[in-house]
Amino acid sequence: MKPGIWQRIGFYAIVIVIVTQAVFPFYYAILTSLEDGQALFEVNYLPKALNLTNYRAMLAEGVFGKQMLNSVFVASVVVVVSLFLAVTAAFALSRIRFRGRGLLLLTVLSVSMFPQIAVLSGLFEVIRFFGLFNSLWSLVFSYMIFTLPFTVWVLTTFMRNLPVEIEEAAIMDGASSLTIIRRVFLPLMWPAMVTTGLLAFIHAWNEFLFALTFTSTDSQRTVPVAIALVSGRSEFEIPWGNIMAASVIVTLPLVALVLIFQRRIVSGLTAGAVKG
Amino acid sequence: MAGKTAQSRLSRNRTRSAWLFLAPMLVTLFVVAAWPLGRTVWFSFTDASLDLISQARWVGIRNYLEWVDWGDGTGQYYGLLADPRWWRSVWNTVRFAVVSVSFETLFGLVIALVLNQSFRGRGLVRAAVLIPWAIPTIVSAKMWAWMMHDQFGILNDMFMRLGLISAPVAWTASPDTAMIAILIVDIWKTTPFMALLILAGLQMVPQDIYEAAKLDGVPPTRVFRKITLPLIMPAVLVAVVFRALDALRVFDIVYVLTPNTDATRTMSVYARENLFDFDQFAYGSAASTLLFLVIALITISFILATRMDLEGNTT
Amino acid sequence: MATVELINVSKSFGSVEVLRDINLSLEKGKFVVFVGPSGCGKSTLLRMIAGLEDITSGELRIDGQPMNEVLPAKRGIAMVFQSYALYPHMTVFENMSFGLEQAKLSKPEIEARVQDAAKMLQIEGLLDRKPKQLSGGQRQRVAIGRAITRDPRVFLFDEPLSNLDAALRVDTRLEIAALSERLPDTTMIYVTHDQVEAMTLADRIVVLNGGIVEQVGSPMDLYESPASEFVAGFIGSPRMNFLKGGVAEAHGAATYGIRPEHIALSDERGDWSGRVVLTERLGSDTFVHVEVKGVGPVNVRVEGRADFASGETVYLSPDPASVHLFDPQGRPVVRSVTP
Repeated sequence: MKPGIWQRIGFYAIVIVIVTQAVFPFYYAILTSLEDGQALFEVNYLPKALNLTNYRAMLAEGVFGKQMLNSVFVASVVVVVSLFLAVTAAFALSRIRFRGRGLLLLTVLSVSMFPQIAVLSGLFEVIRFFGLFNSLWSLVFSYMIFTLPFTVWVLTTFMRNLPVEIEEAAIMDGASSLTIIRRVFLPLMWPAMVTTGLLAFIHAWNEFLFALTFTSTDSQRTVPVAIALVSGRSEFEIPWGNIMAASVIVTLPLVALVLIFQRRIVSGLTAGAVKG
Repeated sequence: MAGKTAQSRLSRNRTRSAWLFLAPMLVTLFVVAAWPLGRTVWFSFTDASLDLISQARWVGIRNYLEWVDWGDGTGQYYGLLADPRWWRSVWNTVRFAVVSVSFETLFGLVIALVLNQSFRGRGLVRAAVLIPWAIPTIVSAKMWAWMMHDQFGILNDMFMRLGLISAPVAWTASPDTAMIAILIVDIWKTTPFMALLILAGLQMVPQDIYEAAKLDGVPPTRVFRKITLPLIMPAVLVAVVFRALDALRVFDIVYVLTPNTDATRTMSVYARENLFDFDQFAYGSAASTLLFLVIALITISFILATRMDLEGNTT
Repeated sequence: MATVELINVSKSFGSVEVLRDINLSLEKGKFVVFVGPSGCGKSTLLRMIAGLEDITSGELRIDGQPMNEVLPAKRGIAMVFQSYALYPHMTVFENMSFGLEQAKLSKPEIEARVQDAAKMLQIEGLLDRKPKQLSGGQRQRVAIGRAITRDPRVFLFDEPLSNLDAALRVDTRLEIAALSERLPDTTMIYVTHDQVEAMTLADRIVVLNGGIVEQVGSPMDLYESPASEFVAGFIGSPRMNFLKGGVAEAHGAATYGIRPEHIALSDERGDWSGRVVLTERLGSDTFVHVEVKGVGPVNVRVEGRADFASGETVYLSPDPASVHLFDPQGRPVVRSVTP
C-alpha cells in the first residue's frame, strides 16, 4: 500500500516544519553574530555581510577565552574523576552479590533526583569550609552530585550485560577483582565509557546554578554564567552581537560533537533513562 | 548434616572488594549530596544568614509558619506557608511543569513517529532535531531572548508580517506573556529528548505486529490507537515522569530569560533569591526543603507504583 | 589415593536444596563424566569443585587436601567453559597466557608452555589472531589450550560440545578423547546431558538426578546393570522400553524393561504379536514401533534395512536374559527366570 501523493506531501511538510523550528534559532544566532552596529537594529532574515567584529571582541578582549578554558577544565576533570570512581563502583554493583545491593543502587540513583537548590545552601557552607569558594575546584567537586549517579547507573547497566563466563574464566586464571576490571572489563567497556563521558561532559558544561553561586569573579566564571552576565557599557546597551558571537563559539563545538557521536548519544540516553 | 552456609574464601574476598570499590564513590556522594541536604534542612529550622552561617540558632518551624501576635487581640501568620509569593511560585512551577511536559510529549511523539519511518534524509533530520538539545540552556535562553526582543526581535517582525499581531509584544517582560516565553524556549529545547525516548520505545515494537495488522486490513489511525500507543505507553510514562521531575526543578531558563518576574518565578528561583539576593538564608533553605519534599514524594510514589505494578503482574 | 573426593557435599541456593549428600571418590587420571537431565545439579557440582560456587556443607578434597576454602586459581584445576569464554579483546596467545601471567611465571616459561599447548592442539598458526577471527571449533581448541597451559591436576569441562554443530561435535569429541590419552596423570571431569558423549568418553559415569547420585560405574556397568529405572531409561539410545501392567505383574514387578536391541523380530512366530505402527529407517538400523496387544507400545531395533508396512502383524521375542524389572519406586527387582 503506497501512501498517496497527498500523504507524502503532508509528511514532508511536517518534516520541513520539524527541521525548520529546530534549526532556525541557531541559524539566526549565527546570522546576528555576523552583524555589527546598524545591522543589528534591523531584522534580517538573510545574511547581509560577514562581519567578524563581534567574534574579535569576545575572543581578543576580556576574559571569554579564559572562561572557555575554565569550562573545559571543569567538565573534563569532573568526567575523568567520575568515570574513575564509577567504574569500580559499577563492578561492585553489577558483578558481586552482597546484601543491600539493590537498595544501594536505588539510593545512588535517587541522588540524581535532588533539586540542585536543595543542596545549594549546604554545599555553599561545605565549599567555604574547604576554602574552595571562587575556585574551579568548587565546581569540580559539586558537579559530582549529578555526574556520579548517572555514570554509576549507566556503567552498572552495561557491566551487568557482560558475560559471566568471561569473568569466571578470569577468576579461574587467578585474576583479582581489580585485575579483572583493569584487564578484562575495561577494554570491553570503552564504547560505554565514551558515551557516558560525553553525556556527563555536556551536562557539566551546561551547568549554571552552581557556577553562578560558587564563583564571584569573571576570571573564574564558566561559559554559561559568562554568557548570562554579559553586559554592555551602559545599563541599556545589551551587546546582542557579542552575546550571539559568544553563543556560537560555545555551541559550534558542542553541536559538532553531538552530530558526530549521534548514535552513541542516542543509545546512551535511552539506556540511561529506560530503566533496565 | 547441619546446613550452615559457609562462604568460600572467594565469596568473602569479593564481598570485601565490593565495599572497598564502593567506598570512594559513596563517601563523595555523602559529602556532596547527603550532608549538604541535611544542612539545608537544618538551616531551614534556624535563623541562619549568609555572613553568619556558623552562628545559626534553632528557631523551630518559624520559617515555615509562625503566628505573630500583635498583642492587641489580632495577629498574623508569617512564614513560607503563609507567603503568597511562595504559593505563587508553587503555582507557577506546577503550571509550567504540566504545560511543558504535555507539549513536549505531544511534539516528541510526532517527531518520534516521523523519525520511525524510513525516508530519504532521515539521518539529516535526526541530526537537525538533536540541535536544540545540544545547545546549552543559557545559550538557548539568550538566543530566544534576542528573537523575542520587543524592538528588534524577529518573532514580532514575523508575527506582524503574518498579521497575527498588530503591535510588538514584549514577550519576556510583560507578565501576560512571560510564562509563554519560558514555555516556548523550554519546549523547543527539551522536545528532542522526549522524542528520542519515545523513539526508543517505538523501535522496541516488533515489526511483525504491524505486518499482521496490515494483512488484517486495519486502518493506520486504528493501528496507532490500538497497537502502537498501548505498546509504547510504559516507555512514554517513564519519560514523562523523568521530565516532570526535571520541570519541577527548573531554574536556568527562568532566571536568565525572565528574571524578577512574578509570573514566572518558580520554586527554585524563589529559593535562590531568598538565599542569596535577599539575605533570607534560612527562609530560602526552608523553600529548598519544601521543594525537595515535593520531588521526593513524587519519586517515591512513582517507585512504589511501578513496584506494585510489577508485583501485581508477576505471580 | 583418589584425586578428587566429595564427602557428604550438599548445596542449597537459599532455601532450595539442589544437591544432597554427594559422596564421590574419583581416581587420579580417570575420565569421569557427570551426566543427567537439566536441573539435576551436575553443572553446580562441577562449579563447586572449581570453586565458583560455595559448598553449603560437606568437604571437597583434592589429593587429600581440603579445598573448601581455597581460591579457584590455587586448586590446581583448569576449566573449559560451554561458551569458550575467551577474552574477546586479547589474541589467542594472550588468552592462553593470561592465567600464567597472574601466577607470575617468567616470560620464557610462559612462552614455552603456550607453544607446547598450541602444538598439542595444532593451533600454532592462530596465536596472533583474535577470537572473532576463529571458527567455533578453533575457539574450542583455544579454550582447551588455555586450560592445558596451566598444567592442572584436574581438568573440568562444562558441556563443551553443546555450542558446536553435529559434525564438529563428533570431531571435537575424538580430540578430547585423544587429549585424555595424552595426559594420563590428569583427572578429567566432564559434564554433559548427552549420554552418547558420556558413554564414549568416560572411564566412569556419575548419573545425577534431582540432586542425588543415582549410580556410579563404568559405561558398560550402567548399560548392563542399571541401578534404577531412571538410569536404565537414561542410558542407551534409543530408550529402553518400559512396560507396565500385565506383563510386569507376571514377573512380579511394577515395570518391565527391555531395550530395543534385545528384542528379536520375526514375521512368523514369537512371544508377543502386534501391529506395526511406524518404521524409522536409518540405513544402518531400522526401528520398528509395534503396538503389542495387552502389553503396550514397543520399539524394536532391526539391523540393516527392514521393510514393514503399517498395520502389518509381526512377532516379538524379548531376550529373557536382558530383561530389567523395577519395583514401584524404580528400584531393580531380582529377576525370576520365567518367560
